[in-house]
Amino acid sequence: MTELLALLPSYLTAHLQLTLLALLLSTGLSVPLGIAATRIAWLEQPSLALAGIIQTVPSLALLAAMVPVLAALDLQSIGFLPAIVGLTLYGVLPVLRNTVTGIAGVDPALKEAARGVGMTSRQQLLRVELPLAMPVIVAGIRTATVWVVGIATLSTPVGATSLGNYIFSGLQTRNYAAILVGCVAAAGLALLLDGLVRAIEVGLVRRRRGRLVAALGSIALLYAYAGGTLAAPMFSDRERPIVVGAKSFTEQYILSAAIAGWVEHQTGRPTSLLQSLGSLVAFDAVDSGEVDVYVDYTGTIWANEMGRAQVRAGRAEMLEGVRDFLEAGHGMTLATTLGFENTYALTVRAADADRFGLRTIGDLANLAPRLAIGADVEFFARPEWPAVRDAYGLNFREERAMDASLMYQAAATEEVDVISAYTTDGRITAYDLLVLEDDRGAIPPYDAIVVAGARLARDAPDVLDALARLGGAIDAERMRAMNLRVDERGEDPATVAAAFVEDLAGGR
Amino acid sequence: MTTVDDTVMIQAAGLTKRYGDAVVVDDFNLSVQAGELVVLLGGSGSGKTTTLKMINRLIEPTAGCVRLDGVDTAELPPHELRRRIGYVFQRIGLFPHMTVGENVAVVPELLGWPPGRIAARVDELLNLVELDPTLRDRRPSELSGGQQQRVGVARGLAAEPRVMLLDEPFGALDPVTRERLQQSFLRIRTRLALTTVFVTHDMTEALTLADRIGVMHGGRLLQLGTPRDLLTRPADDYVDRLMSTPRRQAAVVEALVEETPRGTPS
Repeated sequence: MTELLALLPSYLTAHLQLTLLALLLSTGLSVPLGIAATRIAWLEQPSLALAGIIQTVPSLALLAAMVPVLAALDLQSIGFLPAIVGLTLYGVLPVLRNTVTGIAGVDPALKEAARGVGMTSRQQLLRVELPLAMPVIVAGIRTATVWVVGIATLSTPVGATSLGNYIFSGLQTRNYAAILVGCVAAAGLALLLDGLVRAIEVGLVRRRRGRLVAALGSIALLYAYAGGTLAAPMFSDRERPIVVGAKSFTEQYILSAAIAGWVEHQTGRPTSLLQSLGSLVAFDAVDSGEVDVYVDYTGTIWANEMGRAQVRAGRAEMLEGVRDFLEAGHGMTLATTLGFENTYALTVRAADADRFGLRTIGDLANLAPRLAIGADVEFFARPEWPAVRDAYGLNFREERAMDASLMYQAAATEEVDVISAYTTDGRITAYDLLVLEDDRGAIPPYDAIVVAGARLARDAPDVLDALARLGGAIDAERMRAMNLRVDERGEDPATVAAAFVEDLAGGR
Repeated sequence: MTTVDDTVMIQAAGLTKRYGDAVVVDDFNLSVQAGELVVLLGGSGSGKTTTLKMINRLIEPTAGCVRLDGVDTAELPPHELRRRIGYVFQRIGLFPHMTVGENVAVVPELLGWPPGRIAARVDELLNLVELDPTLRDRRPSELSGGQQQRVGVARGLAAEPRVMLLDEPFGALDPVTRERLQQSFLRIRTRLALTTVFVTHDMTEALTLADRIGVMHGGRLLQLGTPRDLLTRPADDYVDRLMSTPRRQAAVVEALVEETPRGTPS
């Protein structure tokens, strides 16, 4: 718990930066647009319709969609910017709609009175329409505030730190305390900001000067804090830390912490972690320089980045292909291979394997029409699936996609009979499952490799040397054991990683 | 009884308003002397309010023109024109987010008067419309209907206009309050020598207030004359029927008074 709370200041600050800036932008965008829509008739329907459409896009997808959009525009596509753009768009609708409704709802008799006493169009707006519409507009801002604070937790997969880091890593490592801390902190922040906006409204409407000043002052302080912390790195002459990225699963959390610890131990350079990145985001983040180093798997890069899903290759051939691709195509370095492979493997309950005499995937073929297969949400859409299915002529009764962290349990409780487990997952042993042999080589190799960005090769060769010394340091058995400590014994990935680094440092 | 001089303050010539094929006001002509109070009297749809609003260009005429103190109103920016004319609205139209004092101060604020002058003027006006000065920091919603319309009148008068337009200002008030406000307004307009156009559908109100009454019906001005003219020499059947109502009511009241035995304790 103490380790969790130690992360709170940095996560909360990042969350506050995202939320406050996004709210400022969406309010600054929506209120003028809403005013324009009440004055320029043809603008109202299209602007409301567009905002409505943006709103119907699932928030996670909206944020994720910003990554390729910004990349296409040659802008920072990982981290703060895509999160800000997505959140801003999300905050537009409530403010825009309420601005239009609020102004349109002003009593026509009062609008005529404003005209009748000799106000210009601008004075009518500023002195009568906006003040009268204000409670409705503020209600929209409050809705946007609560939404944006909540949705900002989804910034984590696009590479922006937020309170979502607690939630995503907590879900993956089944650390419910982390999920709880993330949710409580986000809810608390939402209540606080909502309360402050409400206090401004009350202060204005009821003319409580003290309350208005206090609320505005608090908000100004929050903005000053968020702005200051956001700008600080630009003015800091401190060395930029080596940023270690991680996708959102247990093994990646452990390995990123282990790499960071190892690099610090070996080079004395500061490091920082950027975790819970989306699978493809991680590669892009290294490509764009947001992240300096992360662990990926040869088969993943082969299929996703090199587009060679249909091309079969042996382990060594694929490793060299990936190395060429990284170095020639992207200026990255394949720093080392860690010494294990984390591949998909069709896995059955050991008891079933005994009963039906299952040893290879081929043994499943006759049985498959009576069995249900479970896999993570990605698997059925990946090229491996048709490759395996066709190579062995598998035709399962049912295909069920679920979160990877639930898959093993589903096999144990006989919800499904076969799962596409990861070979390094400790839960294979923990749940007494058996990995079926891929004797026809349908599943491509997935050697774990350490991928380093261009900056390290240029500025920090000592880091590359340190990374190279990780070569072969982790075999599949060791990785499985470390994963098991997190997934089943509830240990913190950082603790497991620290033990590994200590062991490695002591041993050499 | 009032200080009417020969200067024509408001002159409407050939004023017409059409919405598509519908003619709402048809060739309206009227000259109002400085200091005079003209009532436009008519039922709903007679075009009286539209006519009033064309005077300060809340509604732009389709044809015709209005001269204000000799100046064609079409040549002035509408907001400047309206700041020079006091306007009291049918539905009062006080701004609910402003205090009584701020409502009264709206036009002087727009004109950029210095704060000291505005404050003094607000006090003076509350006094003039016979409102307790302690009400100045209240919201309109805390006031009675009669008090609200006194504020409405004060707001109309704030920038010392020489011309006032009133659109059925007392229509929503109970008879006793209406009577009191009418009397207050008569005192004020005499004191300030206001040139006034006053719209109402209430014949008794018209007869009580007007120097001259213009009877409107179907967008046309049927007859223009003093209350006495209208009662004694109605120009057509409509005016005659219109005037028969107050005459009949007066007769009924008179008869009731006659029947009451004298000396009976009340």
